[in-house]
Amino acid sequence: MVVPLGYLIVRAAEADAATLVEMLWRRRTWVLLRNTLGLTGGVVALSALVALPLAWLTVRTDLPARRLVTLLAVTPLAIPGYVMAHALLGLGGTNGMAAAVGITMQRPSGFWGATIALTLYAYPYVFLNVRASLLTLDPGLEESARSLGYSPRSVFARVVLPMLVPGLIAGSLIVALYALGDFGAVALMRFEVFSFAIYTQYAGAFDRVYASALALVLVLLAVGPLILETRLLGSVRFARTGSGVARRQRVTRLAAMKPVAILFVAVVIAASVGLPTVSLLYWMGLRSPWGELPRLIAYFGNSVAASAPAALLAVVAAIPLAYLRVRYPGKRSILAERTAYLGYAIPPLALALGMVFFSLRVVPFLYQTLALLVVAYAMNFLALALGPIRSQLLLAPRRLEEAARSLGRSPIAAFVTAILPVLQRGILASLTLVFVMAMKELPIAFLLAPTGFTTLSVAVFSRTSEAMFAEAAPYAAAIVVFSALFVGLMLRYEGQEINEAS
Amino acid sequence: MRHLEVRGLTKRFAADSPPAVDDAAFTLDPSEILGIVGPSGCGKTTTLRMIAGFERPDSGEILLDDRSIVDLPPEKRRIGLVFQDYALFPNRSVLRNVLFALHRTPRHDRLSRADELIAMVGLSRERDRMPQELSGGQQQRVALARALAAEPQLLLLDEPFSNLDAALRDSTRRDIRALLKRARVSTILVTHDQDEALSFCDTVAVMHDGRIEQTGSPESVYLQPRTSFVAQFLGRANLLSGRATGDAADTDLGRIAIATPATGDVTLSLRPEHLTLRAVDGDAPDGCTEEQLACVGEIVSREFRGHDITYRVRFRETDFLVHTDYSIDHAPGTRVYLIPRRPAVVL
Repeated sequence: MVVPLGYLIVRAAEADAATLVEMLWRRRTWVLLRNTLGLTGGVVALSALVALPLAWLTVRTDLPARRLVTLLAVTPLAIPGYVMAHALLGLGGTNGMAAAVGITMQRPSGFWGATIALTLYAYPYVFLNVRASLLTLDPGLEESARSLGYSPRSVFARVVLPMLVPGLIAGSLIVALYALGDFGAVALMRFEVFSFAIYTQYAGAFDRVYASALALVLVLLAVGPLILETRLLGSVRFARTGSGVARRQRVTRLAAMKPVAILFVAVVIAASVGLPTVSLLYWMGLRSPWGELPRLIAYFGNSVAASAPAALLAVVAAIPLAYLRVRYPGKRSILAERTAYLGYAIPPLALALGMVFFSLRVVPFLYQTLALLVVAYAMNFLALALGPIRSQLLLAPRRLEEAARSLGRSPIAAFVTAILPVLQRGILASLTLVFVMAMKELPIAFLLAPTGFTTLSVAVFSRTSEAMFAEAAPYAAAIVVFSALFVGLMLRYEGQEINEAS
Repeated sequence: MRHLEVRGLTKRFAADSPPAVDDAAFTLDPSEILGIVGPSGCGKTTTLRMIAGFERPDSGEILLDDRSIVDLPPEKRRIGLVFQDYALFPNRSVLRNVLFALHRTPRHDRLSRADELIAMVGLSRERDRMPQELSGGQQQRVALARALAAEPQLLLLDEPFSNLDAALRDSTRRDIRALLKRARVSTILVTHDQDEALSFCDTVAVMHDGRIEQTGSPESVYLQPRTSFVAQFLGRANLLSGRATGDAADTDLGRIAIATPATGDVTLSLRPEHLTLRAVDGDAPDGCTEEQLACVGEIVSREFRGHDITYRVRFRETDFLVHTDYSIDHAPGTRVYLIPRRPAVVL
């Protein structure tokens, strides 16, 4: 993890300090910074605005079909940002979906286009966190406040809302990391943020020093919120303090507000799930996807060829890390684990760029090979692989190894015979999770894939960026259908990791 | 004047199930402590929540100082509530938990009033701690201080001692009873622990399957239970059936004096400590003595408990429980006379 970061620094340091300062002091950097922070802030704020009411409505009110709404609210996890952008872009313009039904609208682009695309894709992280806070909120607190003379309204403001803050922050942090690191949606929306500029510098202008300098600034931006969250939540505890049974939650009757609530839910779901679904179907109806089938299968195979070894590598690396962290918790194992999380938090484009420089300088024969892509994926998703394995390991008592040792096995034999079988389910979950995430991944594939090696995500991106919406649709549909099969698994482990890290 | 009066309180959670609370009625005098005791699921917590305003009764009346409060929302009732798990705000310090309840107090008095209450529950040194840094007993006292801060007209305690370990429970119970008496707050305590109800409360109401079976002083409900449930719930009891003639009854255990005159078939309750044992001379015949005042049984088991001994004595296929003090010491297998020490209670 440190290697690619190191090479970013090495590369940036090739310029002397004065040049570097001058480079970063350009007006363009400030524009990028403003745009990046604006986008991140916009996505975080809009996600909260969507997710807070949605979580409250599904947990605490008599909204109809709450289970279905909950399920639909997390479905966008299966829809990558660049597919969201595809759906939004395909809506407007003279050949767009809206034009087909007689509505003239421009293609969304720039700040609002990117903000909306990323919000529709990322708000489930806030939704899930706030929902979890709401579900664990002790109703006794609200009842206490009522019996101490507070009206329902002030109870909500003074008791419920403050308790949702940690969930909101944790969810927003993940959303912020996605917004900072996203490449596909911003590039398609042509919004000048750091990751987009890094790419154009690297690919177009070939100014690699400037690209690395920008990537380093982006890394700093991503690490900032992580530190901030630790500070904010370091000392305050929000879980129930009592040890008794939790009472059941009270349900608020929506009454006259019910139509408004249903309208809100309908708009959110229609935009986040309905729009991409309808859009993909529309474009595929417009231009039969069957002609693309052979190529689709080939690209799918490419994606698998990169993702499957990456999943295996990530899991092989995660097992000893998780084992050391659980059995020998100490400064070193914590540091190792933190480093893994860093790989997840670093914007993938910066990670990929670091890998490019590293391979060119140290192992040039690896540059533009599948192996390098696999390694980069494994680094990026190592943190995700840790989660399921670690939770499974926590359930396996130390006595198991001790029993094996006392029966005459060496430490390694004891681990292999006594612990590894117990980890089976966790390993399987980790493998699947990394595999699915890698299948959707765009920026790393874009930068590191060997020449002529096209993955599904790259296929969607390159076609959409040239407004070939119908041509992109089958590939996008393949990704969405494939990831949708694993939403349940993603729900359980993705996101949760970052919270634990901080 | 009655401070609180509850009449015909009934609550059903589902139309086809028996009522959770069925026609409950009781009264409370100013600064009285009433205990509602019963097994879990008997409706005691539902009763409490209806008084607090978190559940709406299907029928019945709740009068506080002769004013009906059934239609008032919880925040308008001025009824304090201490939860089983205390429900302290985990993101607020002790002081700020108490201050939260003082929003009706004039601003410049709040801090001194909060400090006063915190001192009253003996937590001045913990004033700025967070709830999770306190022991269970301390958290409980914070909850009490917070509830008292709102100057409730009535305080409700829902199993407040059940989360404390046994060693702490007795002393906390004593302290809190003294505190409530000093503050002259009328209190209703809900508990499943009969010892707690008997030692903490001025009046005890025994609840079973949604109905209040008996209300009275701890002594009267313990010594004169009116139903077999009350007799068995408030401690162990030997239940006997028999035929009463005036102030005695003929039972399986011979002729036993009864506490209230009756005639006809009766069920009697005899507490284990109201029976005693006497050694039998080697050749006394089985059965009861001629005057029917003592019967010969065989000791089946003996549990030594330090301060007393519990015997199980078998007489004509029935086992009787007997608590005696340490001085009456017989080995299992011994034949002994079973002798009632007090008149049995007619249920």
